[in-house]
Amino acid sequence: MGKTLFEKIWESHIVVEKQNRPSLIYIDRHLVHEVTSPQAFDGLRMNNRRVRRPDLTIATMDHNVPTNDRSLPILDQTSSVQIQTLEKNCKDFGIKLFDIASPNQGIVHVIGPELGITLPGATIVCGDSHTSTHGAFGALALGIGTSDVEHVLASQTMWLEKPTPFEIRIEGKRKNPDAVTAKDIVLSIIKNIGTGGGTGTVIEYRGEGITDLSMEQRMTICNMSIEAGARAGLVAPDEKTFDYLRDRQYTPKNYETMVDSWRDDLKTDNDAKFEKQFTLHIDDIAPQVSWGTNPGMTCDVTETIPSPDEFSKGDPNQKKGAEKALDYMDLEPGIAIEDIKIDRVFIGSCTNARLEDLIAASKVIKGQKISSAVNAMVVPGSQRVKKQAEEMGLDKIFIDAHFEWREAGCSMCLGMNPDILSPGERCASTSNRNFEGRQGTGGRTHLVSPVMAAAAAIKGHFVDVRKMDLN
Amino acid sequence: MESFNNVTSIVTPLDKVNVDTDQMVPKQFLKLVQKSGFGKYLFFNWRYDENGNKKPDFVLNNSKYEHSKILVAGDNFGCGSSREHAVWALLDYGFSIIIAPSFADIFLSNCFKNGILPITFDEKTVERLQQESGAIEVNLETQSIKTSSEQILFEIDSYKKKILLEGLDDIDQTFQYEKKISEFEKESKVPSVL
Repeated sequence: MGKTLFEKIWESHIVVEKQNRPSLIYIDRHLVHEVTSPQAFDGLRMNNRRVRRPDLTIATMDHNVPTNDRSLPILDQTSSVQIQTLEKNCKDFGIKLFDIASPNQGIVHVIGPELGITLPGATIVCGDSHTSTHGAFGALALGIGTSDVEHVLASQTMWLEKPTPFEIRIEGKRKNPDAVTAKDIVLSIIKNIGTGGGTGTVIEYRGEGITDLSMEQRMTICNMSIEAGARAGLVAPDEKTFDYLRDRQYTPKNYETMVDSWRDDLKTDNDAKFEKQFTLHIDDIAPQVSWGTNPGMTCDVTETIPSPDEFSKGDPNQKKGAEKALDYMDLEPGIAIEDIKIDRVFIGSCTNARLEDLIAASKVIKGQKISSAVNAMVVPGSQRVKKQAEEMGLDKIFIDAHFEWREAGCSMCLGMNPDILSPGERCASTSNRNFEGRQGTGGRTHLVSPVMAAAAAIKGHFVDVRKMDLN
Repeated sequence: MESFNNVTSIVTPLDKVNVDTDQMVPKQFLKLVQKSGFGKYLFFNWRYDENGNKKPDFVLNNSKYEHSKILVAGDNFGCGSSREHAVWALLDYGFSIIIAPSFADIFLSNCFKNGILPITFDEKTVERLQQESGAIEVNLETQSIKTSSEQILFEIDSYKKKILLEGLDDIDQTFQYEKKISEFEKESKVPSVL
């Protein structure tokens, strides 16, 4: 019987295989950041262990770095200590670090691909659940906890139970691809399969709905695989993948030879079997807006907030969850999504802060001003994205519309730096999680695409971006 | 890691599904660079109001459960962020067993790495356990739970059971395969980053 792409990558990385037990898997790329690594390096020191392969390890600082003036000292003492700790750890253990002053600094899942560190067919880990992003390149990319960060630093391997392959087919063509984006596709998938729908699986996205997308859009989809509970999400690499990674700063020297073998090897066989299957038809999908406190609580922009009964389809626990979510979000069933007023707009995060996202949002706001009731910010995913956007004059478009234009980092996706919501503030956010308090204690997050966020910034409430001129 | 001992304790019922790790340890406490002392931040925004007062309706603030070592929660427990701080907080607070109908993958793995025993049961059994008012006894060796009215057996992978019972260091175990790792590296075609 044939094999899935995931199974092929898995089998080519087994160091030790045991019957009915986790296997020891070799890791080709380890990405490290300041928040989930300090305790791992401490563990190495306590046990007199070294980093086995510093040459396969790359670090940057993204989660807690300020996104305002970088020439100023970091005021938050604990953030400052965490950043200094990463600097010291990288120095002591010989790891290449893109620090706050580096032109390569940025969100770890944005810089991996843009520097050519991410490679098809590779195993990639990082102490961050959104590592699934790199799966867009046909890599097996897994988020891990700090104990596994330490384990990979020490041994370049990790023990992993083999997930099962899950096929998600994205079929059809969007009528308005500028307004209905990759974000709307992935939110639609999570809305359908639920936040635990992918638990224990590696999703392979297949069908013309995924191959039609650019690499950046595929990254948006793979990024949110974890929001469906999947261990990873991936897409078979094609010429778009190979073109994207060609001539990047760290693209391997023998790249073309590697591409030749990837073309032959990195695909699911026709007779391969997936344990699970789901198909999304995208011809008629609408822009999506989340209304609750997990990404599965999402509906079309044209809809009204569902009642907990409708949402839960008879499951009493889900119903209770929806009631609690509406209470936290201060929303009632029956309210039209387009009638929800917002206070803040955040365009950023590893989901939606790459160049194409900023270009798309800039088209919506060009020549307009944001609502006087709204504070809005753009936080580019990396310093390179920021520089490219500035070369295109996008910064000017955003600033003229009264957006704040910031330095690169995770910023208000998780509010570890000073960029946070105040209690009760409502935000249209291009990030990936609408959990309670995620963007600031008491803050209310609605997940949307960059164009939907930009449209909401102008109107002061959600609006169906298909009605707007996007040229 | 300390070896896992049998536990006898009343259960703390957390009657919620999809509890994410952002709720277990909110972002502002992720800046610490050690593993200890996270217990006071566990479920911080559910435990305390904006003035730092305990919210009386949250289960952890009920003095009855003060010394409980067993948390019984709803489906998809531990979803979201990979932050191991969530597990450090549960452990530091005093929980060594979590029972739920299902767990998120990364969280589950983090539990075993820190000596927390996660147990999966069907929803009906979980609901019954949530209503158990007296102490229950959890024995990892025999993979059984004894309540006032029944004895229930649970499944666990034999290797994970051994790791927990003996408190084995994961990395030491892996170093036994050093030769295999080196052999793999000799064959690997993936180049260094730099």
